[in-house]
Amino acid sequence: MNKKTREPLFHITKRVNIPRWLPMAVRLSAIVMALLVCALISVLLTGENPLSIYGTILSGSFGSTRKTWVTLQNVAMLLIISLAVTPAFRMRFWNVGGEGQTLAGCLAAAACMICLRDVMPSWLLMICMFIASLAAGGLWGFIPAFFKAKWGTNETLFTLMMNYIATQLVAYFCVVWESPKGSGQIGVINQKTEMGWLPVVGGQRYLLPVLVAVALCAAMYIYLTFSKHGFEISVVGESERTAHYVGIKVEKVIMRTMILSGAVCGLAGLLLVGSVNHTLTTTLVGGRGFTAVMVSWLAKFNPIWMIVTSFLIVVLERGASEISTNFGLNKSFSDILTGIILFFIIGSEFFIRYKVNFRHAAEAEKEAKR
Amino acid sequence: MENKTVAVSLKNITKRFGSVVASDNVSMDIYRGEILAILGENGSGKTTLMNMISGIYFPDEGTIEVNGKETVIRSPRDAINLGIGMIHQHFKLVDVLTAAENIVLGLEGRLNLKEASRKIREICDAYGFDVDPSQKIYDMSVSQKQTVEIVKVLYRGADILILDEPTAVLTPQETEKLFAVLRNMRESGKAIVIITHKMHEVEELSDRVVILRRGKYAGQKATKDTDAQEMTNMMVGRSVELNIKRPEPVAPKPRLEVKDLTVRSEEGIVKLDHVSFTANSGEILGVAGISGSGQKELLEAIAGLQPVETGSVTYIEDDGRREELIGKDPLEIANMGVALSFVPEDRLGMGLVGSMDLNDNMMLRSFREGHSPFTDRKTPHHVAESVVEELQVRTPSLETPVSRLSGGNVQKVLVGREITSAPSVLLTAYAVRGLDINSSYTIYDLINRQKQAGVAVIYVGEDLDVLLELADRILVLCGGKVSGIIPGRSALKQEVGLMMTRMGGSNGEQKDA
Repeated sequence: MNKKTREPLFHITKRVNIPRWLPMAVRLSAIVMALLVCALISVLLTGENPLSIYGTILSGSFGSTRKTWVTLQNVAMLLIISLAVTPAFRMRFWNVGGEGQTLAGCLAAAACMICLRDVMPSWLLMICMFIASLAAGGLWGFIPAFFKAKWGTNETLFTLMMNYIATQLVAYFCVVWESPKGSGQIGVINQKTEMGWLPVVGGQRYLLPVLVAVALCAAMYIYLTFSKHGFEISVVGESERTAHYVGIKVEKVIMRTMILSGAVCGLAGLLLVGSVNHTLTTTLVGGRGFTAVMVSWLAKFNPIWMIVTSFLIVVLERGASEISTNFGLNKSFSDILTGIILFFIIGSEFFIRYKVNFRHAAEAEKEAKR
Repeated sequence: MENKTVAVSLKNITKRFGSVVASDNVSMDIYRGEILAILGENGSGKTTLMNMISGIYFPDEGTIEVNGKETVIRSPRDAINLGIGMIHQHFKLVDVLTAAENIVLGLEGRLNLKEASRKIREICDAYGFDVDPSQKIYDMSVSQKQTVEIVKVLYRGADILILDEPTAVLTPQETEKLFAVLRNMRESGKAIVIITHKMHEVEELSDRVVILRRGKYAGQKATKDTDAQEMTNMMVGRSVELNIKRPEPVAPKPRLEVKDLTVRSEEGIVKLDHVSFTANSGEILGVAGISGSGQKELLEAIAGLQPVETGSVTYIEDDGRREELIGKDPLEIANMGVALSFVPEDRLGMGLVGSMDLNDNMMLRSFREGHSPFTDRKTPHHVAESVVEELQVRTPSLETPVSRLSGGNVQKVLVGREITSAPSVLLTAYAVRGLDINSSYTIYDLINRQKQAGVAVIYVGEDLDVLLELADRILVLCGGKVSGIIPGRSALKQEVGLMMTRMGGSNGEQKDA
């Protein structure tokens, strides 16, 4: 008959009214806790001072003007791809094909630079590249959407498979356009003529992607929040039956949104080839198509918050690789740290939605009332 | 009552969800050999309270005594070990398994289906259930599924049964059967608790009523010492009028002509079989039928949401012009200038978007208006304001997601939006399902006002008493066919009940209004 031993240790309740400050407070404390655990693990495994490790993370991202610009460019590219996949996610269309859609854009841009360089002036070539990459990305997004809308195929698998097709196509054309012959690589395209190289803005090579990312972020926010299309996307995402009921053509919205999603990925591809790298390789996108899923998700599909989340992830990644080189640790150590931090951030979502009531806390509350 | 033993005793139970107090310091007793009805408006905490007894929620404060001993119920398993079983509104059965398999599912020990079937038959014989242990769930009617749920908890040794709105899905005849079984169980000394909104069921079945109001205990009465009026007043906390008005139809003329409508489901089953009728303006056409007799398909076919095999639905405008609706989607119907409003059965799954706030839900119908690529947010905001004010929707704010509102308020938002567009045809499916008395009367009143404004109303309902009081004509569906159309003012409940189960009713003759 001892009541105390039988009452559950804790019970979980869903939070009903979530105060505005709570989500951010929980996420911030998750990051702080993640950093503490990372520090503990670093000390235990390497014996290094955790503060100097965190210092290294920051100096790895912002240690010099060049490093800062590389970081900003990385953030910009990741942000653009994250913004690209977001409309699809808002529609509950799990587009994990950002990688392939971006690569398709890269391929189209490179194809224009190589095949059209002798027949038109550079400005016209850039327009062709722009159209071709957006169209290629859009097509890569449209194909899975079409099959989903018409026959209800699984979009996650479909977009995933489209990534491999894009990779293989790029691998093939790397051989077709190889330079020098026999290298199996393309090298820097149009190095001498700089044909089709997007203009350098403000004397800083990486400024263009940053500007594009900022503009796109604002545009995407407005599109999703205030436009009729954005509203349709939300309704389709929440309930296709409701969408149907109010006369929204669900199939059309799915296809339109995925074309948009793919086209913005294609734009990212254009920037990667035309502005940042001037070459084409199968690993040019570097997994950003997948990281973008996380960026978008962590920001709750809100374009403005994606600036923060993409920044966070890029800084972590760049800092972590700096640690490995500076402290003579292997690359896995940076992966461990990134893993821990992401685990905490993603895990914190649970505590935003649910509340854990501990037994003693509940009883203390009762006591206080008496 | 002195000779009755207490089965469960709740002492000062409080349960909060965030800032909402769902149960507020409630104390009550459940006796053996008695049928107890729990009454209360939506959101008064009936289901929450019962969920705490059956181990689904854990009370924040207070204690529960079972058989006079203080106990802690942490899970449904704890509850069933104490002999407490709950039958939920939504059945939790595996479709592809048989009745017997579902009943033994999750039990420990060796699986012996033969032995189980024997025991199931014993239980059935003892109380008068009608269950074939080897029948698959997907072959069963709703009432059979419910019977399986009841047998399931009895099989596990429950002697305290809690039923959450058990009659919501049953025909009058099935309800009678259920009540007979419940009375048998009472005679054998079990404690029965039923949660219901229907007054006449409380009066017919229960021995005692406990009334809850906004989470608080509002009193109890022996059923024989009270009446519907008094119980309603206790529930609402003030005096309420209990009559449904039925104004005479206003200048009725044909508005919607349905001819030979035949619909098959995706599996190829005939859902509607050559259905023909005419709905008039200024009139309420009630549609009665056992659930799943084609009501949903009928409304969805008219609204352009359901592919149709054959037949036509013609909209007749005031000036006599005729427009065919079949083959058009909801958008095309709206673009033709046909003001068709539809309150679907599935409020949050179809009529509204649960995670969106009131403003956005108002916008669902109107967001396309205007040439700007951007949505106009001001007008829906004003619409939301006026709906909340006129229909007295209880909501923390206009920015609250509608899924957080209680059932009655969700329905008010939906009906409010559909009426705002000044429809000429209003389709409603189970408009008051799950709503408490007060909200129900608000909805009846709204529908009547539409009728008086000259709207052709098609009202699909499940509570025959209400249909008989509200509708001008009643169309009875039976297995997808029109079993008959009878005038609402002279229709008898028994007659409609028979027409629901047999084409044309008892003597097989077709009656027309």
